[in-house]
Amino acid sequence: MEIIINLTGLVLIAFIVWWFWIFKNRSEARVEGSVLDIVVDSGIYEPSVIHAKAGESVTLRFIRKDSNPCAEKVLFSGLDISADLVVGTPYDLTFTPEKKGEYEFTCQMAMYRGKLIVE
Amino acid sequence: MSKTADSMNNKSGTSKRLYVSDISCAGCVDTIETALKSVPGVDEVQVNFADRSVVVSGDVPVDILIQAISKSGYTASIAEDKTDSERENKDLAHYKELLKKTVIAGIISLAIVAVTMLGLLPEITSFKGQVSWGIVSLLALFVLTYAGGRFFVGALKSFKNHNANMDTLIAIGTGVAWVYSSFVVIFPDAVSEIARHVYFDTATLIITFINLGSALEMRARGKTSEAIKRLIGLQPKTARVLREGSEVDIPIEQVQMDDIVRVRPGEKIPVDGELTEGSSHVDESMLTGEPVPVSKKVGDEVVGGSVNKSGSFLFKATRIGEDTALSQIIEMVRKAQNAKPEIGRLADKVSSIFVPTVLIIAVLTMLAWFNFGPSPQLTYMLVTTMAVLIIACPCALGLATPISVMVGVGKAAEYGVLIRRGDALQQSGEISTVVLDKTGTITEGKPVVTALEPTSSWSEEKLLMIAASVETNSEHPLAEAVVEASKEKNVELKSIESFEAVSGHGVRAVYQQKTVLLGNRKLMQDSGVKLGSLLEMSEKLSKMGQTVIFVSVDGEAAGLLGISDPIKVDSKEAIKRLQDLGIKVVMLTGDNRATAQTVAGLVGVDDFIAEVLPQDKADQITKLQEKGEKVAMVGDGINDAPALAGSDVGFAVGTGTDVAIESADITLMRGSLHGVADAIAISKATLRNIKENLVGAFGYNSLAIPIAAGILFPFTGLLLNPIIAGAAMALSSLTVVTNANRLRWFKP
Repeated sequence: MEIIINLTGLVLIAFIVWWFWIFKNRSEARVEGSVLDIVVDSGIYEPSVIHAKAGESVTLRFIRKDSNPCAEKVLFSGLDISADLVVGTPYDLTFTPEKKGEYEFTCQMAMYRGKLIVE
Repeated sequence: MSKTADSMNNKSGTSKRLYVSDISCAGCVDTIETALKSVPGVDEVQVNFADRSVVVSGDVPVDILIQAISKSGYTASIAEDKTDSERENKDLAHYKELLKKTVIAGIISLAIVAVTMLGLLPEITSFKGQVSWGIVSLLALFVLTYAGGRFFVGALKSFKNHNANMDTLIAIGTGVAWVYSSFVVIFPDAVSEIARHVYFDTATLIITFINLGSALEMRARGKTSEAIKRLIGLQPKTARVLREGSEVDIPIEQVQMDDIVRVRPGEKIPVDGELTEGSSHVDESMLTGEPVPVSKKVGDEVVGGSVNKSGSFLFKATRIGEDTALSQIIEMVRKAQNAKPEIGRLADKVSSIFVPTVLIIAVLTMLAWFNFGPSPQLTYMLVTTMAVLIIACPCALGLATPISVMVGVGKAAEYGVLIRRGDALQQSGEISTVVLDKTGTITEGKPVVTALEPTSSWSEEKLLMIAASVETNSEHPLAEAVVEASKEKNVELKSIESFEAVSGHGVRAVYQQKTVLLGNRKLMQDSGVKLGSLLEMSEKLSKMGQTVIFVSVDGEAAGLLGISDPIKVDSKEAIKRLQDLGIKVVMLTGDNRATAQTVAGLVGVDDFIAEVLPQDKADQITKLQEKGEKVAMVGDGINDAPALAGSDVGFAVGTGTDVAIESADITLMRGSLHGVADAIAISKATLRNIKENLVGAFGYNSLAIPIAAGILFPFTGLLLNPIIAGAAMALSSLTVVTNANRLRWFKP
C-alpha cells in the first residue's frame, strides 16, 4: 500500500513536469493574408502560438470573452505593443514585426501566455 | 467618441454611429444593412462587425434608425465611446456579479459552518445522517459551481492547453475537498473513524473569500486607471462651429480641418487650432501642469481639452480626431501604463513556472505527511495539501509591477510628464547625473541683444545693420535675436552676396564684395582678425553671462554684440530640488567658459561643460556614462536629439503640445525644469512601490507555502486551516493593489 501511494505521488510529479513544461503542442496558427482571430477566454489565448512573416503586416483580432480583469490587457513585451481589451468588443491589433524571433504575448500578470513566432 | 442624441436629431446630411450589441454573425450584417437602407432618407450604411457599430449617413432622426434595427430583430443604441464607458459598464456589471456571488455563497457557507460546528446533523454513519450530509454536499456543490464555476472551467481549459494558472490551484484545492467529503458521506465505513471528517464548509468558505477578494481587487484596480479616465474626461463632446454664417453645435467627431470654432468663456476648447479672432486666457493646467492661465491672442495655438477662462474667441481647427494633442497624450499614457520595466521580469519568469511548481510542492507535502506524519495521515494529508494549493498566490506576484506602473505613469501625466518608453520609469528612478542643456532649458531660449560695441571707425547703427543683414540668412537662435534688435531700432537691412555657416563658430558672408565674419573669438583668431580692446569688453560681458559675437569686415574688427538669454524664473529652485534628490546637476553649453561659469553660478549647478559644439553633445554624455554615471539628458529635443538618444533617459522639455518627440524617453509639456524633478521623484516613488510589492509578494509566497505545508508542525504543533489560507490568499493580491494605490496620493 505504502509503495503504491508513494509511486503514485512520484508518477504525478513526473506527469506535472511533463504536461506543463516538457510537452509542447499548443494550438498553433499562421497569419495568412487577412485577420487572425484570437479568443481570450478561461485563462488562455486560443490559438496561443502564432506564426507570422517578418516585414509583413499582421492583424490579430483579440476577442475577449473572459470578464476576469486579468484578461483586460495583452502585452507584446519584446515589441513594445499593447492593447486594452473589452469583453465582447473585438480589438484589431495591426503591426508589422520587423525582426525574426519569438515574442511572448501575455496578460499583465503573465498568466495568459502566447507566442508570436516571426519567421 | 460619443454623440449626443439631440445634436444628431437636428442635423441634416451627417452620419450617425450606432452600437448594435447583438451582431453575432456575418449574416446579421446583411439583415441590418437591408433594414436601414429601406428607411427613406438613408444614403449609406456601413456595418462594422468587429466593433458592432453601424455608421448611417442621411437625413434621418436617430430614433427612426434604432426602430428600424429593432424591427429587424436587433438591439441598437447610440454608440458611446466603446473602449471606455463600455468597459466601465462591463466592469461595474462584473463587480456587482462578483458581489452577488459572494453574498449568496457566503450565506450558504455560513449555514454549512453552523450545522458542522454545532453538530446539528445526525451521525454520518446513520442513514439519516447520510441523507442530511448528502443535502449539505449538494448545497456545497451549488456554491462551487455557481460562485466558483469559472475556476473549474478555467482550470480545465488551461489544463488542456498545457497551461496552469490561479484557477488550477483553486479548482484542485476546493475540488479535492468536496470529492473527498462526498466520498465520506457515501462510504463512511471506508474511512477510519478518526479521519471521518467532511470539508464542505472549508470548500465553500474558500470560494466565498476568493470571490470577495476578486470583487475588492477589481474595485481597487479601477482606481489605478483614474488618471487616464481624467484625461479622457477632458475631451468635450460637442463643438460650436461656424457653418454657412451661423454657429451650430455639432458632435466633436464631425469637426473638420479648417472649421472655424467658437469658444465662449468657461467652455472647453474642443480640438487643436490657431486663434483667428478675439483673445483670452486659457487654463492648460490639466494638460501641461502649468498652473497659470496662458494668454492667447490671434495667431496663437490653442489646445483641445484646455479651458477658456475669460474672453470669447474664434479659432481655426488644425488638428482633429486622433491627431489632437490630447488624443496623442491619452494614447501615449495608455501605452506607457502597459509597459513593463526590467525590474518586473524576474517576477514574470517566476509566475510562468509558479503554478506547476506549487502543484509539485502539494504532491510532495502529501507524500511527506503520508510517510512521516502522525495518525490519521489521511486527514493531515488532505488539510495540508488543500492549504498549500489555496494559499499560493501567483496573482500578487504578477500584479506587483504592472499595477504600480499604471499608477505611477498616470501620476506623472498629472504633472505634465509623459513617459514614452516603458523602461524610462525605472531608468529615471536610478539616475545619478542630470545634464541640462543651457539654451531653452535653463534659460528661456529667447535671446535678446543687450550690448552693442562698435570699434572707433563704426557706428552702433552700422554695426547692427551689417550683423542683422548677415544673420537674417541664419536659423540660429542668436541670429534671431540680432534680426529682432534691428527691427526694434528700425534699421534697414541690405542684401548680401553670399552666406556660409561655420559650424559651431559663426558665419562667413560677402557684403558689397567685402568678407564679413560674425562669430566667436576662435573664428576671429583663425582668420587673423586683431580684436584689441574688444577682448577686454568681451570678457566683461561674458562674466555677466552674455554671449559675445564679434563682427569683422575684410579682416578688420568692426565691433561686438552682447546677447543674453534670460534664465527661467524657477530654474534655480528646480535644480536645488534635483540636488536634494541626491542627483548631480551638470550644465552643457556651446557658450565660452566665462559666460557658462556665470550662468552656472547663478543657477547653482554642480558642474558645467562649456564650448561644446552641437555635434559633440552626445560624446559628453558618453564620457559621463563611462565614469559609471547614470545620465539623464534634458534638452529641447530638436538640436540635441543625438544626446537625448544617447543618454540613459532623454527628457525633452517644454514641448507644449508637440508631444511626439521621437528622440526623448520622457517629454515634459511644461517649460519649467520642475518637470524633471517631478518625473524623477515620481519614478523613484514608483520604483520603491514596485520593490515593496515584489518583496511582499515573494515574501508572502515563500513564507506561506511552507507554513501551509506544515513545516511548523513538528516544532509547535501548528497547522494552517485551509479557510485561513483562502482568506490570506484573497488578501495578498488585494494588498498589492492597495499599496500601488497609495502612489495616487504621492506629491513630488
